[in-house]
Amino acid sequence: MRLRSVTVYALALTVAASVAACGGGGQESAPASAPAAAPAGQRVDPATAGEVTGTVVLDGTAPANVAIKMNADPICIKQAPGTQMQETFAVAADGKSLGNVFVYVKDGLGNYVYDAPSGIATIDQKGCRYIPHVFGMRVGQKLEILNSDPTLHNIHATPKANSEFNTGQPIQGMKTEHTFASQEVMVPFKCDVHGWMNAYVGVLDHPYFTVTGADGKFALKGLPAGTYTIEAWHERLGATTQSVTLAAKETKDVSFTLKVPATATN
Amino acid sequence: MLHRFATLVAACTVVLVLAGSLVTSTGSGLSVPDWPTSYGWSMFTFPPSKWVGGIFYEHGHRLIASTVGSLTILLAAWLWRSDSRRWMKRLGVAALGAVILQGLLGGLTVLFFLPTAVSTAHAGLAEIFFCMTVAIALFTSKGWILGAGQVDDGWLRRATAATTAIVYAQILIGATMRHSNAGLAIPDFPLMFGGLVPDHWDRQIAIHFAHRLGALVVTASVIAAFVRVWRRHSGTRALTIPATLLAALVVIQVTLGGLTILTKRGVWINSMHVVVGALVLATSLVLALRSWRVKFRAAPASNEAEIAA
Repeated sequence: MRLRSVTVYALALTVAASVAACGGGGQESAPASAPAAAPAGQRVDPATAGEVTGTVVLDGTAPANVAIKMNADPICIKQAPGTQMQETFAVAADGKSLGNVFVYVKDGLGNYVYDAPSGIATIDQKGCRYIPHVFGMRVGQKLEILNSDPTLHNIHATPKANSEFNTGQPIQGMKTEHTFASQEVMVPFKCDVHGWMNAYVGVLDHPYFTVTGADGKFALKGLPAGTYTIEAWHERLGATTQSVTLAAKETKDVSFTLKVPATATN
Repeated sequence: MLHRFATLVAACTVVLVLAGSLVTSTGSGLSVPDWPTSYGWSMFTFPPSKWVGGIFYEHGHRLIASTVGSLTILLAAWLWRSDSRRWMKRLGVAALGAVILQGLLGGLTVLFFLPTAVSTAHAGLAEIFFCMTVAIALFTSKGWILGAGQVDDGWLRRATAATTAIVYAQILIGATMRHSNAGLAIPDFPLMFGGLVPDHWDRQIAIHFAHRLGALVVTASVIAAFVRVWRRHSGTRALTIPATLLAALVVIQVTLGGLTILTKRGVWINSMHVVVGALVLATSLVLALRSWRVKFRAAPASNEAEIAA
């Protein structure tokens, strides 16, 4: 008798919950004839957009990159023959210009809206390195993680604002996809199998980011007129910012200097 | 025979502790991202050709742990079947429960990306399990069953029990330090930032400082037990041997602790520091149990008969 009562109550609750859920869904759905919501902010006009270009240089002498010992995995030695060096300090031949620096608009964009990123960001594990070593992508953009090596890797992201993940890729040619839900500069990647492998990705909710080339140069294109805080970030030397005011169609040249502390090590 | 097997299990556990410490020292804890499988393979069919880099340490640790787990099943069954002491049967089952829980903690810490609390619990339970295997080996030994070398010294009983508890607490602080990346929070040794105490503080420095302070407390405690044994019971080899071994291990352990910092956590130095820490705890436990032997009942005739056989 008691069991039957419980069953009846459970059925009644289930039916009530189902009705409530259906009703809720109906209330949340917008009427088909309602106009589409207007965007929260304005779009950038490409005709009036300007550009910030520049170079990142060192103040001081960067320590020499450390040689990588790949003997923990014979396949890595085969894939990357010869002396392999860490990529921490990508210093140009002039000894001053610095590559692999993430440069981005940190502040000042207001409430512009941007098209959703259409392309796919890619990070490859090739020659027992991450390619690229430093890169940027958008919040919500697909990141394709590829293993081009005939050995196994795990890709282990250790973000603070996003969710940590650790994915094994034991077979050559494996691909996995990931998206980041929040803005974060920077998200480190590492391979726990091959301790020397590391990479960094800057995840932003706008498209104004880039990485300095081997000559230390960068360009942030398509920026609307305004006053911006631009940051240059390096994995070992930290970050430095500058304020830049850009008029319509203007191109402004900015140089960042990253100081090498006396105690800096690779 | 049972004693020999129990000793084998304890010895294999030392190897397991070394393998576990190498996993942390080499930063390989997440080199196999899945558990209980290894990159999708069953742990036992994962091809040796793929045991590269950090996987060698992490997968090796899992295999050794499985071996110790299997040996513990045999040990518990053997005790249940052969030992007439009810509390020994229970100790065997408790050891089996501990090793199963330890395996689960090991899996959880991988799946949740090495949270400090879980990794520290994994390290702490490892020591308890090791102590259980050592205790079983001791309780099944000829000397214990025949009641050799008994002394009635209340001070020594209290001192050795306290020493064992202090050593265990010190190991827990060390594990917390290790798994919260505080091993080099104070980068110099024997001074601390050039002084006798740190000139600035944060959480990591406080944990590291506590471990160094703990080393002093352990050393003082071991010296007290050592002096007592040699002054009052110098003719009792059942006490003098573990007391002397304990003092020697503490000297080695403090040296390894200093070298861990000076070598910036050199992999083998750091790992041996963990292993010798476990040996200090086990030796302290043996000394304490032998000090307490007089309070245990005489072993049943069946155990003595087994020894005689």
